[in-house]
Amino acid sequence: MELRGLTIARVRSALESGETSAAALAEQVLAYAQQENQRNNAFLAFSPERALAQAQRIDEMVKRRQPLPPLAGVPLAVKDVIVTRGLRTTCASRILANYVPPYDATAVRRLEEAGAVILGKTNCDEFAMGSSTENSAYAPVRNPRDLERVPGGSSGGSAAAVAADMCVVALGSDTGGSIRQPASFCGVVGLMGTYGRVSRYGLVAFASSLDHIGPFGKTVRDAAALLEVMAGRDPSDSTSAAVPVPGYLAELDRPEARDLRGFRLGVPREYFAAGLDPEVGDRVQAGIERLRGLGADIRDIRLPHTDYAIACYYIICMAEASSNLARYDGVRYGVRSPRCRNLSLAECYRATRGEGFGPEVKRRIMLGTYVLSAGYYNAYYRKAQKVRALVARDFSEAFRDVDVIVTPVAPTPAFRLGEKTEDPLRMYLSDIYTITASLAGIPGISVPCGANGAGLPIGMQILARHFNEPAMLRAAHAFELSG
Amino acid sequence: MKITEQDARYVADLAHLELSAQEIARFVPQLDEILGYMDKLNELDTTEVEPMAQVVYQQDELETLRADQDRPGFSQETALANAPDSGAGHFKVPKVFERG
Repeated sequence: MELRGLTIARVRSALESGETSAAALAEQVLAYAQQENQRNNAFLAFSPERALAQAQRIDEMVKRRQPLPPLAGVPLAVKDVIVTRGLRTTCASRILANYVPPYDATAVRRLEEAGAVILGKTNCDEFAMGSSTENSAYAPVRNPRDLERVPGGSSGGSAAAVAADMCVVALGSDTGGSIRQPASFCGVVGLMGTYGRVSRYGLVAFASSLDHIGPFGKTVRDAAALLEVMAGRDPSDSTSAAVPVPGYLAELDRPEARDLRGFRLGVPREYFAAGLDPEVGDRVQAGIERLRGLGADIRDIRLPHTDYAIACYYIICMAEASSNLARYDGVRYGVRSPRCRNLSLAECYRATRGEGFGPEVKRRIMLGTYVLSAGYYNAYYRKAQKVRALVARDFSEAFRDVDVIVTPVAPTPAFRLGEKTEDPLRMYLSDIYTITASLAGIPGISVPCGANGAGLPIGMQILARHFNEPAMLRAAHAFELSG
Repeated sequence: MKITEQDARYVADLAHLELSAQEIARFVPQLDEILGYMDKLNELDTTEVEPMAQVVYQQDELETLRADQDRPGFSQETALANAPDSGAGHFKVPKVFERG
């Protein structure tokens, strides 16, 4: 069947009508993805056995005319920082080159129980640290819209796989924009729920107070469908929220969800200041006008601490990363340096970590260790935690007057491979519009809102208060339908 | 300078990270620039602000403690399957004590 633009609903109707079987579809998508992968490196590994076993279970249900689960037969790609039982999970790092997890992440288990067919593991920045997927220890991912450009990051493989129709939906992880920014660069939908909305159990930890698992789709509806299956309390993640999960799809199906009458929509002027590419600014402004046309009441708002968010975010995420990555010691799993044979245990740790981690991971471990070290803890780490409270307060105050906030996702469209690799600070600065929501723990979605003159996709970000995914999805869905 | 080569070596040691002389030379100016940028936070007076360590929102009290009951866990074989070196049901490591 036609893979281009293939959605969950289309897979469903094809299975129900007998146009294809889940097994035939899985084989078709796998063959296509393996061929495309030679051009864009979106996948690190494919899992045909697991995919076909699952597809055959679905086909058996079809044959017996059993009710099909919501994601029956839907080809899914999983970012390689999310563990999958029996499938190698490398975090795109040499230090985990041979790691085969003995368990599935809760999100993966829930999606598979809902019928999804796991095709393989997608490429990303090493341990999700990066904004371009150039920090993969294996190969940089290329943007399917322009192979000379990055797909964004860190979930660049998942975004590229969805954009190139190498899967129908994908999982990514978002710590400071790692789902939303690549979605914007590749022209697909990417969603980060409220912190705690989706269990982090089985997401390899980078910065625990900021990490999220979230979906990519070709439509808002498909991203919402994955969120609905994954969301909810998980006893294995003590930070997963015990807040009831609303029916996101039912919300989008309400007849009044097609327009935005009565919706109060905030536009923060700090997000349209210096540093924003003019074409990106124009497209997002045009998007805001479309939302106004749908009946939304557009209001100017202020988020005054925006300018401090990058410094605040990087201190916190590096501190948490240096602590989380202490576990890679070459003892219980992962690769141990071959030099260890002649070394003491302490020297073996150093050799293993020195050989196993790439440059960006080392930089972050160094900076994280520095800001947590005696004499610097208060000046950097504690200061950043205080500024984090101010950034979060900006949002709480703004959401008294508006239902959702609309901003650009990234200051520019996809940049060229190699353009920023020698300048880490410049790479960090490009995360400005996504990290504020990460610090506050509020949900955000990136929806395509056109392209620049060169045809590169541009995304628009919609944010909502904690657990108000329904409002965020409704605005994004109405916007998408109006295009 | 926020950070010297000597500081970088000290921090690498704290982090159990072996870095080559070339890596140190490459990282020091980068780390220095990034730390300099982070000084921006000192423009803000945060004396009265409570630090935020976790995302907080309104919700019912969480049952963060599970019932104290036996549950199946990984077998010893499964738990050791990814170990670079194991034997007799244990993880094996190089010598812990340096030679005297």
